Amino acid sequence: MSDAHVHAAAHPLADGHGLAADHGHAHHPALQHHFETMSQQREAGVLGMWVFLLTEVLFFGGLFFAYTLYRSWYFDAFAAASKSIEILPGLINTVVLIASSLTMALSVRASQTNQRKATVNWLLATIVLGTVFLGIKVYEYADKFAHHHVPGASFQFAHVPGPGEAHEEPAAVGHVTTMGPDELERTTQLFFSLYFVMTGLHALHMIVGIVILFIITWMAHKGRFDSEWHAPVEMTGLYWHFVDIVWIFLFPLLYLVERHN
Amino acid sequence: MGGIPLFPEAASSFASEVDALYLFIVAVSAFFTVAVAVAVVFFGFRYRRKHAEEVGAHIEGSLPLELAWSIIPTIISMVMFGWGAKLFYEMRVPPAETMQIYAVGKQWMWKFQHTGGQREINELHVPMGRPIKILVTSEDVLHDLYFPAFRTKIDAIPGRYQPLWFTATKPGRYRIFCAEYCGTKHSGMIGEVVVMEPPQYQDWLAGGGTEGTMAERGGKLFNDLACTTCHLDNGQGRGPSLKDILGKPMELADGTTVMVDEGYLRESILNSQSKVVKGFAPLMPTFQGLISEEGLAALIEHIKSLSTQAPTSAPTLVPAAATQSSAPAAPAQGAQR
Amino acid sequence: MDTPVFPAHNYLSNGHGLKSWLLTKDHKRIAVLYLISISAFFFLGGLFAVGIRLELTTPQGDLFQPDTYNKFFTLHGIIMVFFFLIPSVPAVLGNFLIPPMIGAKDLAFPRINLLSWYLYVIGGVFTLFAIIAGGVDTGWTFYTPYSATSSNSNVAPVALGVFIAGFSSILTGLNFIVTVHRMRAPGLHWFKLPLFVWAHYATSLIQVLGTPVVAITIVMLFTERAFGFAIFDPQRGGDPVLFQHLFWFYSHPAVYIMILPALGVISELVSTFSRKRIFGYSFVAFSSLAIAIFGFIVWAHHMFVAGISVYSAMVFSFLSFSVAIPSAVKVFNWAATMHRGSISFETPMLYVYGFFGLFLIGGLTGLFLATLGTDIHLHDTYFVVAHFHYIMVGGAIMGYLGGLHFWWPKIFGRMYSEFWSRISAILVFAGFNLTFFPQFLLGYMGMPRRYHMYPDEFQVLNVLSSAGASILGLGYLLPAIYFAYSLKYGEVAGNNPWGASGLEWRTQSPPLTENFVEVPTDIPEAYEYTPKVVREAKLV
Repeated sequence: MSDAHVHAAAHPLADGHGLAADHGHAHHPALQHHFETMSQQREAGVLGMWVFLLTEVLFFGGLFFAYTLYRSWYFDAFAAASKSIEILPGLINTVVLIASSLTMALSVRASQTNQRKATVNWLLATIVLGTVFLGIKVYEYADKFAHHHVPGASFQFAHVPGPGEAHEEPAAVGHVTTMGPDELERTTQLFFSLYFVMTGLHALHMIVGIVILFIITWMAHKGRFDSEWHAPVEMTGLYWHFVDIVWIFLFPLLYLVERHN
Repeated sequence: MGGIPLFPEAASSFASEVDALYLFIVAVSAFFTVAVAVAVVFFGFRYRRKHAEEVGAHIEGSLPLELAWSIIPTIISMVMFGWGAKLFYEMRVPPAETMQIYAVGKQWMWKFQHTGGQREINELHVPMGRPIKILVTSEDVLHDLYFPAFRTKIDAIPGRYQPLWFTATKPGRYRIFCAEYCGTKHSGMIGEVVVMEPPQYQDWLAGGGTEGTMAERGGKLFNDLACTTCHLDNGQGRGPSLKDILGKPMELADGTTVMVDEGYLRESILNSQSKVVKGFAPLMPTFQGLISEEGLAALIEHIKSLSTQAPTSAPTLVPAAATQSSAPAAPAQGAQR
Repeated sequence: MDTPVFPAHNYLSNGHGLKSWLLTKDHKRIAVLYLISISAFFFLGGLFAVGIRLELTTPQGDLFQPDTYNKFFTLHGIIMVFFFLIPSVPAVLGNFLIPPMIGAKDLAFPRINLLSWYLYVIGGVFTLFAIIAGGVDTGWTFYTPYSATSSNSNVAPVALGVFIAGFSSILTGLNFIVTVHRMRAPGLHWFKLPLFVWAHYATSLIQVLGTPVVAITIVMLFTERAFGFAIFDPQRGGDPVLFQHLFWFYSHPAVYIMILPALGVISELVSTFSRKRIFGYSFVAFSSLAIAIFGFIVWAHHMFVAGISVYSAMVFSFLSFSVAIPSAVKVFNWAATMHRGSISFETPMLYVYGFFGLFLIGGLTGLFLATLGTDIHLHDTYFVVAHFHYIMVGGAIMGYLGGLHFWWPKIFGRMYSEFWSRISAILVFAGFNLTFFPQFLLGYMGMPRRYHMYPDEFQVLNVLSSAGASILGLGYLLPAIYFAYSLKYGEVAGNNPWGASGLEWRTQSPPLTENFVEVPTDIPEAYEYTPKVVREAKLV
């Protein structure tokens, strides 16, 4: 932002303030030189954000495609692997994220209505909720490491029988599951690989989001936003809601495969 | 250009049609290339700029022309599509009666197994005039079994069988290439296919195969792995009877049906609980990593031999299987170790 | 006519020193940064091609070790595709020209534009690091399971490099889409836009929709390679063919990322050097969009022998022909544009003629590969190599070079040597055909691609190809010399040396930082040529 003015100072032609731009009326300080009006700048930003989110949809889309294929091929393995995941942390995280979407939306609203203090507070609340989510995620990952559920050389998978499953198979046969143990150990790795890639990328998006939230909060604190210009809050909001929506898909796909019985 | 060959030898039943289709597309392409080239060169001369301020005529476009040069190429390309699809169907769907060969790609060689028990590396002997089906797979990475003289190829993909078929029409020796990049010696993964007149082929067959037919080897493996414990011929075992199942639909536990072919047998052995036959519990252990590709092919040949009309071709069928049926599956597990 | 004077104030003189370049937000300076960096990668990629052609002059494979050769063709492909062809026309010419063509001061997001250049450079550095560390040998397609488990080379850093460069491409596309939607000068509606802009808009759609898919595919490959995850690994139930589906879902449309902007360049050139409106403007414009959309539904034609079912192969073959039609429509419209034009033959027009020849052959040979019956035989042979070089080198680079010769006087304000540039255009055309035409014949003969050594019967054609490559190499080196020379000693070009009609020619050369002294408001129809317009254009 500021280096544009450094350039302008160094050379009179640098920034559109030299020759052409008329200074007959006052510009909003946030208006960048290559836009004509604030509304043009805002519309460009919003469109850009939507296009970016479209890209993100296709980015995660590749993973969902792989997930769908393997889930249909190895449904039993996916069900067994999914059952080995504790539901409660995932459920809490879902609630936490939905709550953070609410606080995010409230901060956008506050910035639109010139409520500086409320904007900052709601943003901070969003940061806290996001951090709680990540903390729970760390706990879950540690759990996976402890149970050797991380794909690779040290991977082990022992089937955890669900409450409805019977054990009356003769012990001599040695197969109490719907799938042989070797086979479960092979194919559940597909599930856990996708689990880690999907939730890992999602967590990465959360981390990026929290970093951006810190910057936005600082800007809000400095009073950079007003009812005429609050595009950064608005667009961070779009991004944050998108990341939430991804989780809304991930949670049932990863935690709730065949939990109904 | 006299010294430069333009076509590889044509030695399969569909080589000439592939060549004909190729020449048809060459002709169409040449026509359009020449037509456009002549037009732009002619316009270049005819409408060359005469003076500095000259400009072109004001022409917006022409809907009839746009339609013409959209629709005519569409029609021509549909001819190509139709012809190509028909030929593809013939090349991909083997006839009912074929002679079968198993091929395994491995960094960096081709291993062939004949049902009669002969094994070859980087060389393949086939009789002329008989449809031959090769089931291709890979032990490691992707490969591609390519016979330029037969105008056909197929990828070798680890974990699955892919069929390739042809009828050789001309005796001789022709190239085998690996056409899918597979690492360091990809370009060394080449061999020769030897097409022989049937009598010579019979002589060649007689000269090899000391280990018995594939079905025989498979039968031995069938015993060693204790498959006989569960797969009883009378259907009373813990596993379904394997008699006379080839080429027939099989109803599965989840209600769907599959056609029993080599691919299904392969999957049932390696991935044993994925498509369980209706009425049976998913008890069979997986044999993934316990059988080599060659062993697997032999086992499949054995199971196929149980479906032929001549039971004598499967001498290793174990009549004592029934007596073991009450025993627990412990021996089966022992055999795996 | 007055002798033009080199303008004292322009974007090049606005700020000196490294910092004024590395921190610039001016789309024109960023374009120049791209020009320098992609040229460096082009010559590096070319160096690997030299190695390939030297090795293939003899059948024995006696010059390099097999692994070295495999790394050569892999790096040639990766560098040329991801670090030269994909950014070439959009990041250099598109970046420089889209804002002035639509009467804007800059792209919508100048900082993101600079960020995409840095991402490109960082991606490039990872790749260079991998080269120095010993190279990579998977082929540019990174097919699993070879890339995931079998290769002993630096797959992970290159995958990372390509991943990062992919985001550079996404951000460029995003910037263009928003710019075209939101930054047009008042009165410049869509059907007054130059076809160059239409083509870039279509390209940007592919960049935004396709690139993320290959990015995630590379992430999955990376986790398999780096952490031992199982996604495509057949040993653990994964499907290597899934990798191919995901890879080609992007990489086939990526071909159109490379060729569509070049098609846009050709539209500008044909019109300017015929001084005539493009015949069937809206058909040419929409054919770009059609190519971009159809490009997404044909990917499996790369996999006709990779185990897809007979019927899905038929569907994809059928759909593949759908891309052929809009491409054909473009060629016919260009030819028709020349009819009753006023045609002159400066160097850019020579590239147009060369482009016609190569793009036609490249496009028509695609029919052999879309047709199922012939593709089985031709798949993964030199026929495929020749086909995509005709499109991606013959088509895209002819378009790129044609455009660079056309807009060079706009970008740097000076003319290059017309004599040497014509020589170079002819050398490129002749050398190209000699290099790649024999490869069609080799392919039909059955020579597989990526072969370090080959049977003797293929030698004659390979020697011809290598001979052609040396001519082609010379043709590519010459511009580097006369362009560099022109920067200082070239004749001053003036605003509009060609008498072209686009908005970008209505400002000085090189342009001001904000492109126009006053944003034009009297926007004419695209490609309006009358004697009056030409006379004024020459004198502005």
